[in-house]
Amino acid sequence: MHAGRVLPSMEMKLALGPILYYWPRDRVFSFYREIAGSPADVVYLGEVVCSRRHEVAFEDWIAIGRGLAAAGKEVVLSAQALTESEGDLKILRRSTANGIFRVEANDWGAARLLAGTQGWVAGPHLNVYNPATLGMLHELGARRWVAPFEATSVLVSGILGSRPDGMQAELFVHGRIPLAHSARCFTARRFNLQKETCEYRCIDFPDGMALDTRDGQPFLALNGVQTQSANAYCLIGDLREICAARLDLLRISPQSRDTVALLQAWRRALDGELDVLEARHSLRVISTGPLANGFWHGRPGLETV
Amino acid sequence: MLAVNTYPQAATWTRWTAAIDRAAALGANAVIIADAGLMRYASHAHPKLELHLSVQGSATSYEAINFFHQQFGVRRAVLPRVLSAAQVEQVVRHTPVEIEVFGFGGLCVMAEGRCSLSGYACGEAPNTAGACSPAWAVRWKETPGGLESRLNGILIDRYAPAERAAYPTVCKGRYRAGEDTYYAFEEPVSLNTLELLPLFRTIGVRAVKIEGRQRSPAYVAQVTRVWREAIDAMQSGGSSFAVKQDWPARLARHAEGSQCTLGAFSRPWK
Repeated sequence: MHAGRVLPSMEMKLALGPILYYWPRDRVFSFYREIAGSPADVVYLGEVVCSRRHEVAFEDWIAIGRGLAAAGKEVVLSAQALTESEGDLKILRRSTANGIFRVEANDWGAARLLAGTQGWVAGPHLNVYNPATLGMLHELGARRWVAPFEATSVLVSGILGSRPDGMQAELFVHGRIPLAHSARCFTARRFNLQKETCEYRCIDFPDGMALDTRDGQPFLALNGVQTQSANAYCLIGDLREICAARLDLLRISPQSRDTVALLQAWRRALDGELDVLEARHSLRVISTGPLANGFWHGRPGLETV
Repeated sequence: MLAVNTYPQAATWTRWTAAIDRAAALGANAVIIADAGLMRYASHAHPKLELHLSVQGSATSYEAINFFHQQFGVRRAVLPRVLSAAQVEQVVRHTPVEIEVFGFGGLCVMAEGRCSLSGYACGEAPNTAGACSPAWAVRWKETPGGLESRLNGILIDRYAPAERAAYPTVCKGRYRAGEDTYYAFEEPVSLNTLELLPLFRTIGVRAVKIEGRQRSPAYVAQVTRVWREAIDAMQSGGSSFAVKQDWPARLARHAEGSQCTLGAFSRPWK
């Protein structure tokens, strides 16, 4: 117990990343009602993976956002990571012009549309690897940087060593790691379907579809056009180093169950109310895969250091 | 033309800018860059140096390409191999930047510039190490069950005696989902769009890229010779372009698994 002592980690805010999977509309609405009462400070909304997913419409995201804002959360609309079609661009323009919530850019097209506006977020799917790139984005109005998923501690400190004024930094610390995007849908492919006639099969895999090696090792998870790790990234064991990195927000990725419990465990660990080892144990029990932290340490992502 | 298309980090920044400076001093016609910060450096330090946007910049729309055009004046952009011909045409129509597409070589099934499958498996990926599925991580092993290919110890595939083994990039392996063992991402095939040359010309593509990374001089000579013949034949033959008899055979020798595909340019690819 750290009674009376203010820990630097108590300043750290929790961000809930966008739902990366395809969930039914009712489930999405009920999920965010739960989140309204959770320790998340910032909530990212929107479809980042596939524009064919239609359970939740643009207007629904705005409505959900208003509800969360009323509950005291900061709301950000996340843009799609891989845009290919004119249809994708139309959706992107709606997001960037929404006028109500900040927007997270996840490709250079979004950056072009947001350039010159103030306060947008440079998302994790934008390739920001050095201070020059971040400095440029700052000049174009970005005020928060979300590190790439595979960011090492060296990359983060290299960039934050010359952090532009007013630029916040956010790090992904929990969840299955988005590793790649394609135009091809791998969930559809599993069922011998094409993307355009996919039958929305990804709705059957609310945490992604497990893909093992031929000798039975869990390896990846298919999420439509997005491929993820099977292991769940979790940096709870690296809390001290993360706090020393002068980050402002830690991002947790939603999972089909126990997301609120995840957020609570992280908040309690940051506030010194829960021992890191105990927190790690709780997180391992409720996570969607074995825990790994390789990327932060400059190791293969699937490793636990 | 010099490719400086990997992503510098803070600690190695000056090595990358020195490469740009050297390219300018040597009188290179152009540099191909992926990193936005490096692009900015090049455009400020060497305003006369022509800039091309690398495929590793991962610009898949005209909005993205126009960002680089507006900020840095890029003259040409290489498109990731995820767009259909119709989508490429849409890009060409909405940007003043010349468009280059991949025509031959390895096939990335993920959008280039944002794939860390290899980083997850073995700690090195294109953005951080300039390479995917590096040779040091590859192991081949004969077992009773077949020839195994592993990347950093992870089983990528297992081949029966009659099967032709492929280099174990993560995206070309066979994996298990439920009861199925299959090529979850793509089969080990090469891209070959030779027959699409007239289509590329029609939709306004200005350049075709023949993959040359980690290829031998002999490979480059033989492949580019076929493409040169084909392009010359098309330029002089007008609308009567036809793939000559021996072109596919000469190219097939250099294809992964001797199999070719049109990649994202084929209608049912996605």
